[in-house]
Amino acid sequence: MATAAPTPPAPKTETKPSVLNRAWDLNLVRNLLICLAVLVVGVIALESTDAFQNTQLTSLAYYAIAAFGLTALTGLNGQISLGHGALMAVGAYTTALFLGAEEPLPFPVIALAAVVVTSLVGVVVGAAAARLHGPYLAGATLALAVALPSLALYFKETLGGDAGLKVSSPQAPDWFVSMIETLSGNLASSTKYVAYIACVALVVSLFFVLNLKRSKVGRHWRAVRDNDVAAEIAGIHLGRTRVQAFVISAAYAGLAGAVMAIAVRLAAPSAFTIVLSLSVLTAVVIGGLGSITGAVIGAAVLVFLPPWVTGFATDSGLSDTQAAEMAPLVYGIVLVLVMLLAPGGLMGTVSNAWRRTRQRRLAKQASSAS
Amino acid sequence: MKIGHKPARRSRRLALGAAVAASALLVAACGGGSGDDGGSNDPGLTEDSIKIGGHFPLTGVAAPGYSEIPVGHKAYYDYVNANGGIDGREIEFIAKDDGYNPAKTSEVVNELVLQDEVFAVVSGLGTPTHQAVTDFLNSEGVPDLFVSSGSTLWDQPEDLPETFGWQPDYESEGKIIGKYIAENMPDAKVGIFGQDDELGEDGARGLRQFIDGQVVAEEKYVSGNTDIGTQIGKLQAAGADVVVGFNVPSYTALSQLTAMALNYKPTWFYSNVGSDATLVGSLLEEFSEGAVKGTSPLTGVYTTSYIPTNTDTEDPWIQMFQKVWDETGDGSPLTNYKIYGMSEAYTFVQAAMAAGDDLSRESIVSVIEEEGADFEGPNLVPYRYSEDRHAGIGGMKVVQLTDDGSVEDKTPLYQTDVGDAPVEEYTGEPSTPPESGIPGE
Repeated sequence: MATAAPTPPAPKTETKPSVLNRAWDLNLVRNLLICLAVLVVGVIALESTDAFQNTQLTSLAYYAIAAFGLTALTGLNGQISLGHGALMAVGAYTTALFLGAEEPLPFPVIALAAVVVTSLVGVVVGAAAARLHGPYLAGATLALAVALPSLALYFKETLGGDAGLKVSSPQAPDWFVSMIETLSGNLASSTKYVAYIACVALVVSLFFVLNLKRSKVGRHWRAVRDNDVAAEIAGIHLGRTRVQAFVISAAYAGLAGAVMAIAVRLAAPSAFTIVLSLSVLTAVVIGGLGSITGAVIGAAVLVFLPPWVTGFATDSGLSDTQAAEMAPLVYGIVLVLVMLLAPGGLMGTVSNAWRRTRQRRLAKQASSAS
Repeated sequence: MKIGHKPARRSRRLALGAAVAASALLVAACGGGSGDDGGSNDPGLTEDSIKIGGHFPLTGVAAPGYSEIPVGHKAYYDYVNANGGIDGREIEFIAKDDGYNPAKTSEVVNELVLQDEVFAVVSGLGTPTHQAVTDFLNSEGVPDLFVSSGSTLWDQPEDLPETFGWQPDYESEGKIIGKYIAENMPDAKVGIFGQDDELGEDGARGLRQFIDGQVVAEEKYVSGNTDIGTQIGKLQAAGADVVVGFNVPSYTALSQLTAMALNYKPTWFYSNVGSDATLVGSLLEEFSEGAVKGTSPLTGVYTTSYIPTNTDTEDPWIQMFQKVWDETGDGSPLTNYKIYGMSEAYTFVQAAMAAGDDLSRESIVSVIEEEGADFEGPNLVPYRYSEDRHAGIGGMKVVQLTDDGSVEDKTPLYQTDVGDAPVEEYTGEPSTPPESGIPGE
């Protein structure tokens, strides 16, 4: 690339970038446009699907938000966490407690509170985690996943014990109802309102994670991931960077937990077992470590695959129990196949293939030009 | 750790890809819009069918035993369908797996109500799991009938007008066990072994109403923590010679094994939930890796009974259920969990038949409130349904497991209720099943 002396006139071969192209090159603008596009798609999707599909999209959104956080942590910073389900629990319980108040605050404020509280937990865990690597870190976060939900049993009075805390989903305000009315003529149920909240939360998280990837912070994370000695020599504080990554990733889990709480309408320990942590991790692995798109695809597999498999199995004449047992089986098979055939995850494999064909095409062009 | 390189140049494409893939996904997720409801009928109800559904742990830790409950439902509905259905309508029963995880319960009940458009949710299983969906079902106006759990949470007709319990509540059960111990073991030192939730709490509250002075220790376990050596050890140290367990079947097996290891031999009293001899026997064999065989360790154990069990082969209800199972079952043995499911199914069919020609979501709820207390079924003591009460079966008897696996009555039938309601003998005539096996015929 010609980045040298700006004084001589630009070489003729390069066309001058248009205003649009230059604006596109600004991360912020580009990311904003992407997020706007996703928001528009989200609205179209929510308005053209039925109530049940709305709830599925809500689930997709909260799994994807959690997966964004884990993608940032594992994909960018190289730390592994088996405890994100527990962090989601922190977000969910915070939301449940705030929504349970006599006159609850507006939901965005509550969601923010959930993010802040979960981040604080992330600081504590992250500080411990920063000293650990690989399997040790996995073990520590695993312990978190096992231990944290039982706090609900210990503080039974406040946290509702095994039965959990009921969450009263926020009610759709009038402006929302009339907006949906004019937008699509559909009726705005509370299920739909929750789906919209999830959609907005997803877009906001997407915006932050896209910016994070391209920022100085993101580069530091990757430097630490790829070669921590070199990163330290370059002046990056390893511990601080790792704690930072853990806290930001916890913040995502907190937001995911807040959305999950209003979607499920309950925060109970049995919803936040190790299975949830592993589900989010498999979503990230299936999609492709470090890929934002992959996180969304992984979350979609998590939401749509089990009911599809169960439905298919029931239709082919299996009993309910046999059909239910098929879902985890097929899920496991998909996971193993992805690991074997596409170790970079679905997204990693797709983009690798794309890059290879492009290189081949470029090489062909180059050879035919000469 | 080195995970997937990300050259900076790829980021833009990735970001774009994210947007495109997200759109593709969302659009792909759009199936057909909601179906038009055509007539004025309620969802799930057509000229010739009634669609109902429930959520059960078909996989996971809670699946042994509990996954057989929907099997019992299905067998009974198949039998009814084969005999003309409910006023000509066939019953379609959908059992969805929630793995005993409330987040999953919420997902599958959304599916039942919004996609499958069931007429009612019947027999949804579990306290934390079902609690996640009561508000949703009530706000959608979906009858939420006969929850498979003894929590008192289902009896709130003002807040949850659509929700009805079915089995006796744990507090009433605790009271009946307490009365038996107070009268028959007045000098016993009693230890309580309870699950750390409604089951343990409500049960202990009922029990203490009668024998508070006799209780020398109360120990709790957290579901999922399989090491209960400390709790059993403390009961032993406190000198408890009668231990009352308000626990699930796997913990009956665990408590038996732990007590064996500690050479602790109190008289055991398990609440109905944890006392299925067949299941506990197989769990014991599994946990001890074959060292303990059969149900012999449970011989002499006390428990309670509110519907006949599979060992009461002389009972006309069991004979009827056996006939149903022979006709529509899969050839496996008739277990108590299948009988439990069939009994609930019988109650549902009874309610739907009572609603008659004008069956609707509204009418089935009001018919249970008005006539439910007089429903005759396998329940040994009448239901407590009324306009102000949505609580199910109102009593039970104390029984002892004998060495041939059957049970021996230790008390007459008792009728009681939550709070300070007295425990009284129930002297009503036992009901007999209709010849056809179908209520109202």
